[in-house]
Amino acid sequence: MSRTHRIFVPADSAALALGADAVAVAIADEAARRQLSVQIVRTGSRGMHWLEPLVEVETASGRIGYGPVGLADVVSLFEAGWLEGAAHALCIGAPEAHPFMARQTRWTFERCGVVDPLSWEDFVAHGGGQGLAQARALGAEATLAALIESGLRGRGGAGFPAGIKWRTVRETQANIRYVVCNADEGDSGTFADRMLMEGDPLALIEGMAICGFVVGARKGFIYIRSEYPRAIRVLEQALELARTRGLLADCDIELRIGAGSYVCGEETALLESLEGKRGQVRAKPPLPAHAGLFGKPTVVNNVLTLATVPSILVRGAAGYAALGHGRSRGTMPIQLAGNIRHGGLFEAPFGISLAELVDEIGGGTASGRPVRAVQVGGPLGAYFPRALFDTPLDYEAFAARDGLVGHGGIVVFDDTVDMVRQARFAMEFCATESCGKCTPCRVGSVRGMEVVDKIIAGRDVASNLALLEDLCHTLRLGSLCALGGFVPFPVLSAVRHFPQDFQRP
Amino acid sequence: MAWDVLKAAEIIDAHRHLDGATLPVLRALQEAFGYLPEEATAQVADALNLSRAEVHGVISFYHDFRRAPIGRTSLKLCRAEACQAMGADALASEAAAKLGTTWHGTTTDGRVTLEPVFCLGLCSVAPAALVGDELVARADWPRLAAALDKCGR
Ligand SMILES: Cc1cc2nc3c(=O)[nH]c(=O)nc-3n(C[C@H](O)[C@H](O)[C@H](O)COP(=O)(O)O)c2cc1C
Ligand code: SF4
Ligand code: FES
Repeated sequence: MSRTHRIFVPADSAALALGADAVAVAIADEAARRQLSVQIVRTGSRGMHWLEPLVEVETASGRIGYGPVGLADVVSLFEAGWLEGAAHALCIGAPEAHPFMARQTRWTFERCGVVDPLSWEDFVAHGGGQGLAQARALGAEATLAALIESGLRGRGGAGFPAGIKWRTVRETQANIRYVVCNADEGDSGTFADRMLMEGDPLALIEGMAICGFVVGARKGFIYIRSEYPRAIRVLEQALELARTRGLLADCDIELRIGAGSYVCGEETALLESLEGKRGQVRAKPPLPAHAGLFGKPTVVNNVLTLATVPSILVRGAAGYAALGHGRSRGTMPIQLAGNIRHGGLFEAPFGISLAELVDEIGGGTASGRPVRAVQVGGPLGAYFPRALFDTPLDYEAFAARDGLVGHGGIVVFDDTVDMVRQARFAMEFCATESCGKCTPCRVGSVRGMEVVDKIIAGRDVASNLALLEDLCHTLRLGSLCALGGFVPFPVLSAVRHFPQDFQRP
Repeated sequence: MAWDVLKAAEIIDAHRHLDGATLPVLRALQEAFGYLPEEATAQVADALNLSRAEVHGVISFYHDFRRAPIGRTSLKLCRAEACQAMGADALASEAAAKLGTTWHGTTTDGRVTLEPVFCLGLCSVAPAALVGDELVARADWPRLAAALDKCGR
């Protein structure tokens, strides 16, 4: 019998939702029928989601990808000799040489899609564990200095410098400190946290261990949304693996599952939820860094923020800081979503323009119709028309145009979109998800829906538009958190950039 | 499953040692019984030393917690923006018509409950759905129907 062939089939949710499990079974069956010895390795996704399931085979000249592989393709792939990397209509060559990959600069997603996420050997062979070792060698102070030098800002949306937050927690007097990972990823158009947790969960765990070491925390929590069943399963196993391999020796981590509340992604609502309460936003001060979980100093960081720390320590803070644009340093895992031809995950230095991302990298719409609008930064992000596609991905540049980078999700809409409906949805979403603490958010959003409904019906459009502006003004000023405070972004950007959609016949 | 005080006590005991145990306890109870009946409020409150009002407040805050049983299979359709951009609204209308029910409603044969969800993290392969335990990308009615059939619709 000849050598054992290694075949990589993603088990990322996007691949699974496109039939990857059945494809893996079909490959194993066909190999058995041909009396070939194969080992099927389940990986995360490379991020080229339009090619999923993207199956890779290990050949003498490296890994060769084939995708999207359907059940009906399996026999022909074997016939063509794919195990030797042979030509086939679905062959994309070496995945890392594919233009979508070759244009990226991966720090956070270095291992994702390459390794078996639950193999300690793979993790170590690809540099896993070196970040924590480096932190221990440097000591807490020098590690903190490196993190600050890297310029890494929180990837959950607000963009607060990670190193400053860690330093605050480290310097706050307390007997107990906590590390909390925000894995609530509620924004539509975002899935980078999910991909990382499914494809390289040990990177996140290592990042949390480093955080625990630096700030002096002995306990961590990952708060993950219930809508991510696959990520939950992978994380449970990864935590077990990390525990047996000593990665959690100094700071154990517990996985907690949310219960379908968007506002629980807001850090103080998340802490309330972790404490077993309703997810209501807390007034600040105190900052969680001073008095967070159970009143103790707490680092709350997004999945990507934490998972990027090990590679910054291994590859060098200066190298990370050298990338980027303005005050947005390093790379951003950008998520291309909605009506887009080449959807998926694209990690690149800040500064890349919307036009490049949507037209060149994303290939325009999936429907083939013209792109009309993009929403960047989740349900509280602004809708941008083509005229703003020269905006570089940069926190400050987006803010200057009344927009948000947020968690880096870009949702593309074609010319069939009705922007007044999108404005209505923003208000509806705010009403559904409001934690109820502030009257403008709780009541104003319902009122906003009613006003937009009148506009849709063509009733007193001019005065209702004025009323809508007023409401947005009240929401912006009278809200405790960004749910009520930012919902004016999608609503008013729709009015401003697409006024014709608000003039009903 | 009908409420069972002893079984519930066992589940509560398995989670009560956790810091901030309320959510994990409620989650585990709902997983076992399918929903959280009135009795759950009182029993959890007593066991965790909370008032009934507090437990009720928690249950009513979170969209995941249900006060009544649902159909055998839950069909969750994503209603969020990336899926809207790929026709999620039309798909939802079609599914509702085909099933003869509305959001949060259950088919007359008690087999399928139609539930909204706001993002499944499949925004690059939209529209997305979760049929029982199966994720479905680029969903259309035939694919949803096939997934429902697998759940023994
Ligand atoms: C309504 C609302 C929802 C949020 N949802 C999330 C979320 O799902 N994930 C996240 O990391 N941050 C979310 N945030 C931001 C957090 O409040 C907080 O800034 C973040 O967890 C800090 O981590 P970072 O500095 O690493 O970004 C949300 C904020 C608001 C106001
Ligand atoms: S703005 Fe809305 S979600 Fe935020 S604290 Fe106020 S009521 Fe709660
Ligand atoms: S918006 Fe539907 S899966 Fe994300």
